[in-house]
Amino acid sequence: MSESAEPASSSSPRVGLFVTCLVDLFRPSVGFAAVKLLEEAGCRVEVPSQQTCCGQPAYNSGDRADAQDLARQTVAAFEGFDYVVAPSGSCAAMLREHYPALLGEDPRWAERARALAARTWELVSFLTDVRGVQAVAARFEGTVTYHDSCSGLRELGIRAQPRALLSTVAGLRLNELPDADVCCGFGGTFCVKYPEISNVMVSEKVTCIEASGAQTVLAGDLGCLLNMAGKLHRAGVAVRARHVAEVLAGMADGPAIGEPAPTSDNAVAAKG
Amino acid sequence: MHSTARAFKANARTAVEDPQLKRALRHVKEGFIHKRAKAVARLPEFEALRDAARAIKDHTLAHLDLYLEHYEARVTAHGGQVHWCVTAADARAAVLDICRRVGAKTVTKGKSMIAEEIALNEHLEANGITPVETDLGEYIIQLRHEPPSHIIAPAVHLTKDVIEADFRAKHTHLPTGRSLGEARELVDEARTVLRERFLKADVGITGANFLVAETGSSVIVTNEGNGDLTQILPRVHIVVASLEKIVPTLEDLSIILRVLARSATGQEFSTYTTVSTGPKRPEDPDGPEEYHVILLDNGRSAMLGSVFRDALRCIRCGACMNHCPVYHAVGGHAYGWVYPGPIGAVLTPALIGLENAADLPNASTFCGRCEAVCPMEIPLPRLMRHWREQEFARHLTPLAARTGLGLWAFFAKRPTLYRWAMRAAMKALGRLGRRRGRFSTLPLAGGWTRFRDMPAPEGETFQAAWAARHGRARAQGGQR
Repeated sequence: MSESAEPASSSSPRVGLFVTCLVDLFRPSVGFAAVKLLEEAGCRVEVPSQQTCCGQPAYNSGDRADAQDLARQTVAAFEGFDYVVAPSGSCAAMLREHYPALLGEDPRWAERARALAARTWELVSFLTDVRGVQAVAARFEGTVTYHDSCSGLRELGIRAQPRALLSTVAGLRLNELPDADVCCGFGGTFCVKYPEISNVMVSEKVTCIEASGAQTVLAGDLGCLLNMAGKLHRAGVAVRARHVAEVLAGMADGPAIGEPAPTSDNAVAAKG
Repeated sequence: MHSTARAFKANARTAVEDPQLKRALRHVKEGFIHKRAKAVARLPEFEALRDAARAIKDHTLAHLDLYLEHYEARVTAHGGQVHWCVTAADARAAVLDICRRVGAKTVTKGKSMIAEEIALNEHLEANGITPVETDLGEYIIQLRHEPPSHIIAPAVHLTKDVIEADFRAKHTHLPTGRSLGEARELVDEARTVLRERFLKADVGITGANFLVAETGSSVIVTNEGNGDLTQILPRVHIVVASLEKIVPTLEDLSIILRVLARSATGQEFSTYTTVSTGPKRPEDPDGPEEYHVILLDNGRSAMLGSVFRDALRCIRCGACMNHCPVYHAVGGHAYGWVYPGPIGAVLTPALIGLENAADLPNASTFCGRCEAVCPMEIPLPRLMRHWREQEFARHLTPLAARTGLGLWAFFAKRPTLYRWAMRAAMKALGRLGRRRGRFSTLPLAGGWTRFRDMPAPEGETFQAAWAARHGRARAQGGQR
C-alpha cells in the first residue's frame, strides 16, 4: 500500500506494538490499523502480552512508585525489539521522554530505560521519519480536520507527519482546525478531577471543530478522541471522531467513536 | 494577601458560570497570543535569546549570595539602603517604619506583585496611611477592593462597561452626564484623578522587574509612565522586590529585556524602561531624597535548594497564563492567591504551603503550552508534577483518588489478571453500549458523563483479539 513498502522478511525490523491501554480496551480496531500500517511499511509486528499501561495515570498523579513499577514492567516486556511503536503521542512520549527520568536513579534499570526510549516511536512519525513512508494507498471520502494532541505535538514534535500522509489519502480533504494546538481538556485524570474546567475546554474544541467545516475529526491519541467524541455526541454535533491510523490504513468503514455497531438489533431499533 | 487557593475547585465552578468573566477572558486568548507570536516571528534570534536569558538567570541563581552582597554594596555606595526581609511580616514592618519616620499620609504605588504578596495595602490602611495605586489596572481593582487577576494585566477579568460603572460610582465629583464609553475616555479620567494624587504623595512605592548587581540599580518596565511619577515625585522612594530579581550586569539586563516585552505583550520593548540608582544627587534636577530597597525572601531561599529552583528564573511576563487553557477557562481569581496560571501553580505551594494550595498543581492537563512559550524555559509541567509527587508522598491526595489509583495500579501491575479482568469488563460494557454506541451515564464515571457521553468500547480487547488471530504461540512470542 505505501510506496516504500517492502514485504516483511527476516531482514525486516521487528517492531513491538505498544498498543496502549485505551486502544486495547476501547478501540482495538485502532490497534489492527496500526499493525496493518506497520506491516505494509515492511515491519514484522509482535504484541508482547505482558503490557498493560504506560503508567501515566500514576505518574501524573504523583504516585511515583507505581509509575516506576509500570515503567519497569513495560521496559522488560519490550526488550529485544528493534523498535517499539505506539498509536499514541502521549504514551510514546511517556516511554521516550519520561521513563529515562523515572528510572534514571535505578542502577539496574536506568540503562534499559534509556535503550527503550531510544527505540520508541509514535506510530505516524515512525512511518514517515523511520520507515520513509511518503504515501498511503487508502481512500476516504470526505472532509476531515486534525487535532494535534499535546504530548505528540510538544514533546515529540509531531505536526507535519500526519498531515503529509493524510494528504495522500484519495478522496480526503483536510481543513485545518482553528486552534489545533490547544488542549482538548482531556488530560487523563484531569477531566474527571476538574470536570467543569475540562468541559469549558472541550466545548471550545467542539466550537472549533464545527468551524472547520469537517465531517470527521482525526487525532493520534484515543484519550483526546474519546473526550472530543463524547462531547460532540452530547452536544448533538454531527461530526465523527476517528483515530488517524484508521483512515491511513483504509480501515475507517466501521462505526466512528461513540457510534453504535451495525447489528441487526440496531437496524430494528432504527426502524422502530 | 489572604488566600482562597484551598477553594480552587469551588472558585473555578463559580468562574466558569460567569458570563462577564468569559467575555473578558476572550481578550487574553485573542490579544496576547497573536501579538506574542508576531513579535517572536519577527526576531529570528528569539530562541537563541531565550537560551541566553535562561543561562544568565541560572548563573545568577548559582551565585545568588555573591550578587546580592555586591548589589547591596552598590546601593549603599549610592546613598540608598537595603532592608533584608525574611518574611512578608518583616517587609510590611520595614515599609511602615519608613513611612512613619517621614510622617507619610499617602503613598503612591507603581504596580508590584511583591506588594500584593506581602499584602502591603491592607497593612498601610490599617495603620492610617492611604495607598494609591497608579497603574490603571491596579487603580481599577483597588476601587473594587479586588486582588489582581493577572500579573501584568491586573484588571483583565473586567470588561469596559464594568469599569465605566465603577468610575461613575467612585468619581462622584465629576459630572454625571460625561461620556465614558470609550477606553480612551476611561484612561483620561483615571489620568486626571491620579495626577492630583501623584503631587500629594509623601512616599512612592514601586516594585522592580530587575535589580542590577553591577550598578545597584532597580529597573521597572511599564507602559503608562506611572512608575516614573511614583518614584520621582515623592520625597521617598521605596522599592519592594524579591531576591531572585537580581541580574549581574546591565548587559545581562538588556538581553533579558529583549525577551520580556515580546513574551508579555508582543511589544518589542515596553514604552518605559526606567533604571533608578539611589536617591537624588546634588546635581540632579529631581528625584527622591531617600531610596530604600525592601529585599524579600519569603520562601525563595528554600526554593533555591529544591527541585523548584528553576521557577526562580521567572521574569513575570505572564506568557504562561496567557497561553494556558485552564487560565482561559477560570481566570486568575480562581487560583486564590497572588500568582495565577501555571507559574502560580508552581509558586503558590512553595510560598504558602502545599497543604494550602494542593489543587493548583493538579489543575493542569500538562498540555505543555506554558513551557513552550516561557522565555526563561521553566519546565512548568515538570515542576507541577513534583508538587503532585510531594502531595502523594505526604498523603494529601484525596482518599477517593488515592483508592481509585491504588485499585487501578493493582491490576495494571499484574498483566495476566489485568487481561482477564479487563476483557470481562469490556465485554460487559461493549454489550451494554452496543445499541447506542455510547453511555450518557455510567456508575463511577459521573465526572466524565456529567458533561459528555462515554463512547462504548468495541467489546473485545485488542489483546484478546490478537491472541485469537495469531494463536497463543505468537501472542507469547513477545514475552522474553
